[in-house]
Amino acid sequence: MIRFESVTKRYPDGTIAVNSLELTAPSRQITVLVGPSGCGKTTSLRMINRMIDATSGRIWLDDKDTSKIRPAKLRRGIGYVIQHAGLFPHRTIIDNIATVPLLLGTDRRTARARAMELMERVGLQPDLADRYPAQLSGGQQQRVGVARALAADPPVMLMDEPFSAVDPVVRAQLQEEFLRLQGELGKTIVFVTHDIDEAIKLGDQVAVMRVGGTLAQLATPAELLSRPADAFVAGFVGRDRGYRALGFAHADALPVAQEEVARLGDNLTTARDRASDGWALVVDAERHPQGWLAVRGLADNALHGQVTPDLLNLGGTLAAESGTLREVLDAALSSPSGRGVVVHDDGTFAGTITASQVLALIEAQAAGDRQQAETYAAEVLAGDAHGAPGGAP
Amino acid sequence: MSELWQYFRDNQSDIAQWTWTTVWLAGGSLVAGLIVALPLGWVASRYKWSYPPFVTLAGLIYTIPSLVLFVTMPGLLGTKVLDPVNILVALTAYTVALLVRVVADGLASVSNDTLAAAAAMGYTGRQRLFAVQFPISIPVIGAGLRVAAVSNVSLISVASLVGVQQLGALFVRGSQGVTLVPIVLGVIIIMLLAFAFDAVILLGIRLMTPWQRAVRAR
Amino acid sequence: MSALAFLADGNSIPPLSQVSVWLNDPENWTGPNGLLVHLRQHVIYTVVAVVIAIIIALPIGLLVGHTGRGAFLVGGLANGLRAVPSLGLVVLLVVWLSPKIHLLQTVPGVVDHRGALPYLIPVEIVLVLLAIPPILTNTYAGVQNVDPAARDAAKGMGMTGFQLVRKVELPCALPLIMSGVRSSVLQVIATATIAAFAPFLGGLGQYIINGAQVINDPHNGYPAMVGAGLVVAALALVAELSLILVQRYVVSPGISGRFKTSKSTVRAPDGSVVGTELAGV
Repeated sequence: MIRFESVTKRYPDGTIAVNSLELTAPSRQITVLVGPSGCGKTTSLRMINRMIDATSGRIWLDDKDTSKIRPAKLRRGIGYVIQHAGLFPHRTIIDNIATVPLLLGTDRRTARARAMELMERVGLQPDLADRYPAQLSGGQQQRVGVARALAADPPVMLMDEPFSAVDPVVRAQLQEEFLRLQGELGKTIVFVTHDIDEAIKLGDQVAVMRVGGTLAQLATPAELLSRPADAFVAGFVGRDRGYRALGFAHADALPVAQEEVARLGDNLTTARDRASDGWALVVDAERHPQGWLAVRGLADNALHGQVTPDLLNLGGTLAAESGTLREVLDAALSSPSGRGVVVHDDGTFAGTITASQVLALIEAQAAGDRQQAETYAAEVLAGDAHGAPGGAP
Repeated sequence: MSELWQYFRDNQSDIAQWTWTTVWLAGGSLVAGLIVALPLGWVASRYKWSYPPFVTLAGLIYTIPSLVLFVTMPGLLGTKVLDPVNILVALTAYTVALLVRVVADGLASVSNDTLAAAAAMGYTGRQRLFAVQFPISIPVIGAGLRVAAVSNVSLISVASLVGVQQLGALFVRGSQGVTLVPIVLGVIIIMLLAFAFDAVILLGIRLMTPWQRAVRAR
Repeated sequence: MSALAFLADGNSIPPLSQVSVWLNDPENWTGPNGLLVHLRQHVIYTVVAVVIAIIIALPIGLLVGHTGRGAFLVGGLANGLRAVPSLGLVVLLVVWLSPKIHLLQTVPGVVDHRGALPYLIPVEIVLVLLAIPPILTNTYAGVQNVDPAARDAAKGMGMTGFQLVRKVELPCALPLIMSGVRSSVLQVIATATIAAFAPFLGGLGQYIINGAQVINDPHNGYPAMVGAGLVVAALALVAELSLILVQRYVVSPGISGRFKTSKSTVRAPDGSVVGTELAGV
């Protein structure tokens, strides 16, 4: 657990980077610090491992006052990942990763073995071990940076915009894998980003900071979207809040409709017969949806041959049964036939759903939430607010 | 201190003559060296294949000790041993050797983005060279020129060992061992000259790069 | 110290072809006054000066580069030292200092004359002062050029200042440092020729200074001067090439970029080495 107790950072020229910050980052969770440039998020992060020393206030690491621990010692127990990885260009990947264990006195063999384990954990091929950082791509370098931070198995990790310097596709991959890793490891993580979407995607709780170094709101992503504390937070979180909040909503049971499907390799005439409203869903031998086939207006004499992949429209996205309402709505909206494709968790076809059906679901949930919200507001007005209604809208 | 001044006054005309020789040898070699090095450096920066051979050759010339170069010149040039032109040519060779690499690196260091922008605005290759690359490279080339200047000035005194009359003659006099005065005087004058050249070149750089002045003023 | 007698008339200096005759004569190489002896002296003077210069300049350069403070001092010091005329300083120190060093000893393995040490010390002082600037400026520049992200990460991982310098800044600055050392060696080899100006010391400059006195002599005059000069140049070339070779081995491949199609070690999952194979980029 990391706790900021009235932490202030004032520079000699008078600028106040962080102003009396009170914040607790719970153990084994990801706390994201997010905000515009100049809000003090990076400064706050760097005060945790004393790369910057606070002007006043204290930072507690579990029950220890960080100002009382020797900085080098403190840092060896904290993983530190920065934007441009900062790998040592003169060392091989395996030696880069083994740095902290070696600093702590582990013997070389053990340290290297651990490094190999970590490489696998973060998704790097073992043959990269003896390469040099200059030989790796940006995404690979960032993974090495994460592996290096994990090498001594620190309970706490500090991450300063670690995924900002890579392109969006790689960034999405890294974010997914990061979440998977955290699921396995359960570290206490403080993560800094300027990207609110990343914050909402990754954070267990999100701290929105204002220019001048004050905390605007500390909340779960769902709460942030549904109940921004003030105009600044609302503006920072941005438009599409309602839509993005759907990303946290799940339906208990999706009312999917069954329909006949065509298979790759079937005759086109068969496919036409299976189509409804001019479109037929095509699946492969394992019943994994492949795409939609348009059959409207095709006369008999045009229907020669089989269903092949190049005939298919690949426009629609797929939604998992257990997925969020946002995914389901998107599947319905993006489907060329107007019917969103829902699959089981194993990827096989589960059924279809239309946009209006999803909307009905959403409205039902919203109604339930409104009731809860109204009850809550009434309680607040009546003067006894016993905790916020749990869960997302 | 007063001894130095006394010695200076006693030998004023000789010292003046020697100082002048030192100045034109150093200055002349710098100017000539720069004039030769600029096009060579440009070729090395523009045509990548020429960079390694040019720089290696320059390095080789620089490894030839000054005394050796001074000594070989009469044979190569057909001049007399005592002719100061030997020194001029030798120093020019050194200056060129030092500056070719500096010029090449300086011109090559102008960012591609800047050059692309200039091309897109309609600058021809030659215009880009003179209007963009050279001005931006001035600080780098100037720094190299300062090193060359200081080195050259202090190098000239070695020419005394082959008999050319310049400020190094003060050292020869002093080596006769009676008094330290001419030696100290010689060292002082040469160092002052070196710093003077350095300051003049620095001033030149500052004058030619008004945009850097703005950065400094911030 | 002998005064140099300068010839007013250089018209009858022997042609350059005499130089190869002189160099090819084995008599000039062997013997107590031969080229080999002088070459050895020259090399020793150079090595001593450069080693001492490294001992002085490297820590200062590392310190200033690491802390970022005192950069002005580095530039000013380097520039100032460069402006000092070597010949003048040699003469100055020999005239002033040598009489004060009352050690009338031989320098074992180098010079057989009694009384050599009082002259060796001033000359070495001058050579060290000459060798310091390139090493100092290049070390400082090398450290400053280290990737700031790598420095930040190293500090953040818990390296102390010393560890940071030793494990990160020094290895990464090595190419520039080596380049400075090479530059320094070349300067010293070139300037050690003036060591001969002081009595007893020898070195390859001896031929040049002696030759100037009998310049028209086809055996010991001009050809000897140029011949010795060529040997100095050859020595410089050999030194430069050797140091480049050293640099290749000492600098990490990760920095020099020499890893295309290098062999890479194949490792077992526990990190132990199993074998090698060719690795592409």
